[in-house]
Amino acid sequence: MSYILILIGCVFVNNVVLSQFMGICPFLGVSKQMKSSVGMGAAVIFVMICATAITYPVYRLLEKFGIEYLKTVAFILVIAMFVQLVEIVMKKMMPPLYKALGVYLPLITTNCAVLGVTIGNIDNGYNFAQSLTNALGTGLAFTLALLLFSGVRSRIENCDFPETFKGVPATLIAASIVSLSFMGFSGII
Amino acid sequence: MADKHSNWYEFTKGLIKQNPTLVTLLGMCPTLAVTTMAKNGIGMGLATTFVLVCSNLVISLLKNVIPKAVRLPCFIVVIAGFVTLIEFLMKGYIPELYDSLGVFLSLITVNCIILGRAEAFASKNKILPSILDGLGMGLGFTLSLFCMGSVREILGTGSWMGITIPVISENPMTVFIMPAGGFFVLGCLIALVNKIAKKKPPQEISCSSCPNAAMCKGQCRDEKEACE
Repeated sequence: MSYILILIGCVFVNNVVLSQFMGICPFLGVSKQMKSSVGMGAAVIFVMICATAITYPVYRLLEKFGIEYLKTVAFILVIAMFVQLVEIVMKKMMPPLYKALGVYLPLITTNCAVLGVTIGNIDNGYNFAQSLTNALGTGLAFTLALLLFSGVRSRIENCDFPETFKGVPATLIAASIVSLSFMGFSGII
Repeated sequence: MADKHSNWYEFTKGLIKQNPTLVTLLGMCPTLAVTTMAKNGIGMGLATTFVLVCSNLVISLLKNVIPKAVRLPCFIVVIAGFVTLIEFLMKGYIPELYDSLGVFLSLITVNCIILGRAEAFASKNKILPSILDGLGMGLGFTLSLFCMGSVREILGTGSWMGITIPVISENPMTVFIMPAGGFFVLGCLIALVNKIAKKKPPQEISCSSCPNAAMCKGQCRDEKEACE
């Protein structure tokens, strides 16, 4: 039961992009087309789950030596290395998958949502299975936000805004309205 | 325009002309997340400034030692080290700020401003300009965070830095301290800056001076401008 709660909490109540403000850069950058947002979302889900699976044991190792405070350094290094590794392996072994996700992979290294999830798992005291659920939920939440927003964005693209609001300001205000709609979910847990 | 290479120019360009948040649109995540109060904005801004100055200094010193192929991991390690340092300092001396910034303090590590300046400036310039560049950019970031925090705090709670604002405090518009208000205020501020600067608004989130610029070749429009 607690796993379902974590999942629903991640996707709807505490949506990673719209209410926790992580991963805003890719959210605004890649949400122009439906297709690229699906690709980015899939890549983020994949990297988040794998990064959680790796950093959890790493943290236990740090704990054993009493150097938990090095977790930021250790996590970001592990994630950066892992993303590079996946990219190389994927390019060689699975060209179709690389074609679909490849371009988005390097961009994820510095996506703060990935580091945020791994650190959040530790801060919330989740166990291994809960951490993986949290990572999956956050990845799904990111994809959902990206998909919804790419739909909104394709509609506002051709609208007639005042000159000063064209471009990024209009996008941000649209994001504010999408975020407002997600406030309706608060309190369902 | 002032001499392009004078130290004074390196310092002032980050404050207004290339303000990281409002003009080049970098580091949006902390900008939106921690600015529910003006005080938090200043705290976050100064913490980022500290990391930016220190990492620019170290990276500029090491620029001939670090091999080009592995420069990004090297930069990240330097930055993460300083982030850990500031986490300790803040936990020890200002614990209430540490609590209210939460996970975003650790996330300074992946703030695009810091990696971006390391990549675009510190790894190509001498020590003094690098420090000044970091200081200017950091203070510019602090300034925009402070503006955002002030707007949201005044409208959302009816007080500012502990001062109660007479009329608004009776009926504060709570939506402004909620996530939706963050997006809204940032959108309006960027539009305001566009209006004042009378320039064409940025159509895209620029990936200039973004750490990923090396990987997404050709997609960055004004990468040159940031480097030279």
